[in-house]
Amino acid sequence: MTEKILLCGNEAIAEAAIQSGCRYYYGYPITPQNEISAYMSYRMPQVGGTFIQAESELAAINMVYGTATTGKRVLTSSSGPGISLKQEGISYLAGSELPAVIVNVMRAGPGLGNITPSQADYFQATRGGGHGDYRTIVLAPASVQESADLTKRAFVLADKYRIPVMLLLDGMQGQMREPVLIEPLKETEQFDKSWCLTGCKGRKPNIARSLYLEDKALPDLNERLLKRYAEIEKREIDVDQYKTGDADIVIVAYGTPARMCRSMVDLFRKKGVKVGLFRPITLWPFPYDLLEKTSKHTQEYLVVEWSAGQLIEDVRLALGKSKPIHFHGVLGGRLMKINEVESKLDSIIANMGAHI
Amino acid sequence: MTTYTVPEILNEARTHYCAGCGHGILHRLVAEVIDEMGLREEAIGVAPVGCAVIAYEYLNFDMSEAAHGRAPAVATGIKRSLPDKLVFTYQGDGDLLAIGCTELIHAANRGENITIFFANNNVYGMTGGQMAPTTLEGQKTLTTPSGRNIKDTGHPIDAMKLLENFQSVVFLARGILTSPKEIAKTKSYIRKAFEIQQQGIGFSMVEVLSQCPTYWRMTPVNALKHIEQTVTKQFPTGIFKDI
Ligand SMILES: Cc1ncc(C[n+]2csc(CCOP(=O)(O)OP(=O)(O)O)c2C)c(N)n1
Ligand code: SF4
Repeated sequence: MTEKILLCGNEAIAEAAIQSGCRYYYGYPITPQNEISAYMSYRMPQVGGTFIQAESELAAINMVYGTATTGKRVLTSSSGPGISLKQEGISYLAGSELPAVIVNVMRAGPGLGNITPSQADYFQATRGGGHGDYRTIVLAPASVQESADLTKRAFVLADKYRIPVMLLLDGMQGQMREPVLIEPLKETEQFDKSWCLTGCKGRKPNIARSLYLEDKALPDLNERLLKRYAEIEKREIDVDQYKTGDADIVIVAYGTPARMCRSMVDLFRKKGVKVGLFRPITLWPFPYDLLEKTSKHTQEYLVVEWSAGQLIEDVRLALGKSKPIHFHGVLGGRLMKINEVESKLDSIIANMGAHI
Repeated sequence: MTTYTVPEILNEARTHYCAGCGHGILHRLVAEVIDEMGLREEAIGVAPVGCAVIAYEYLNFDMSEAAHGRAPAVATGIKRSLPDKLVFTYQGDGDLLAIGCTELIHAANRGENITIFFANNNVYGMTGGQMAPTTLEGQKTLTTPSGRNIKDTGHPIDAMKLLENFQSVVFLARGILTSPKEIAKTKSYIRKAFEIQQQGIGFSMVEVLSQCPTYWRMTPVNALKHIEQTVTKQFPTGIFKDI
């Protein structure tokens, strides 16, 4: 596609996957991400790809596993309850060192919760979610364009590090419509595919596995993964910093809340208060060091998220007890109102007293 | 005189299976058929979670593990990606008919062009001999110490009957491994199933009543007799579907 079209975030992810060379999509219906499978059901046949509406999220993620063993780019998507079911498969993907992209368009929970937008799956996404010592890269877009761009990046990262990559969106990001330009992914790297299952012609058999029974074999895998995770932490951290350079107050937020808070930065700057926005784009690896750096000049922090307080724990890990960290969370999928953030900032400023 | 040697398709590995276990024979049969069809380099197998989890230690071609019960979904993902390869799963009764029953039924109903080899030994071997969906009425296991009571636990599930009525299922057969004659018959089912897959006709499954002397608490010889005299009464052998 060479011109801007109007798509919702879910559709933009689907089209960006196609433009990244992904030809396999397996999914099971759940709101608020149904636009992805609807889009794939007609787009995949157009490009000679495969679309399966699986019998469950368990089946879908294991179909992903199967296709991933053959080295092809593959996508699945779901929301909270379905992502919980996919965790078994995500752990197996991680243990078998297989690349795949998983989209979680978050709804409010726990349990069946409701279908309104939320960010309540931050812990599940960034702390693993499934069993065992593993990590997934987690990317958090804050616009339809960024959803498309990060989808392309997700496929590249998955191939580069042979790792499952999760796109983590609140339901608002999945549903809202914006003009978006989705060009074909420009491949700049060649990825090693010698490990893939393709039939053992002219080589020794390849095995896709996460079972390691031999002496030291599992610790070896764990160490190999840890080294790879350290590499990812060194190279792939991404954050959008808006006017944090001289900020007295820094808001930390991702996804839709970050977008709302950006306008707060402008509003308060007009009032003469130096507010900045720190928006992590990679939630794992989390930009701990970059956030800590702001504390050289920043006095107070405000974490704004659509949950009971999950992102705030990473902010605490970055800052320790050195600076006050305030919190504004919205629960149960209730829509966040911008003036709530404004009054929170007002009260922080009122209490800061002398130093502004 | 026939001299039996290890073909290229089998690795020269020491078996981890118990003495008299059916898995080893079934591995060999699957391997021999693939070899005879000249398809070693085209084959991709999916191992279960169960005693056969490390089938790839013995089978010398590309293989994948699958989470417990998910092999039909993993095989679906492989076959859709590589439709020209010979893709099969190898699963036990707990893997296929308990935890993986949904994946089985839907792969069958979609008519996935894959083959399932189902080693039915009436118990969970790997975890120490608990009741399986195929445990016989009255059979003692670790979790049915006074024998399987069908009032509490239901009847043994017959996979052939379960799948027969799915229109996309093309070939269903059940064999045993109790004598050279029966082994030859079972081998012919395996070959037929692979030929059907090669022709792209659809879903095929071969069930094999596989002896587990260890958790049947029997000698290997008595385990074979038990299959012939008792297990086949519950699970009759033969071809159940061939279209
Ligand atoms: C999700 C999950 N649940 C339970 C287990 C433990 N487990 C391993 S093998 C097995 C049963 C295997 O029995 P069966 O499929 O009949 O194969 P057999 O060992 O008899 O060949 C179980 C329950 C597991 N590995 N994963
Ligand atoms: S426990 Fe039973 S099925 Fe498992 S290896 Fe031993 S005999 Fe075979």
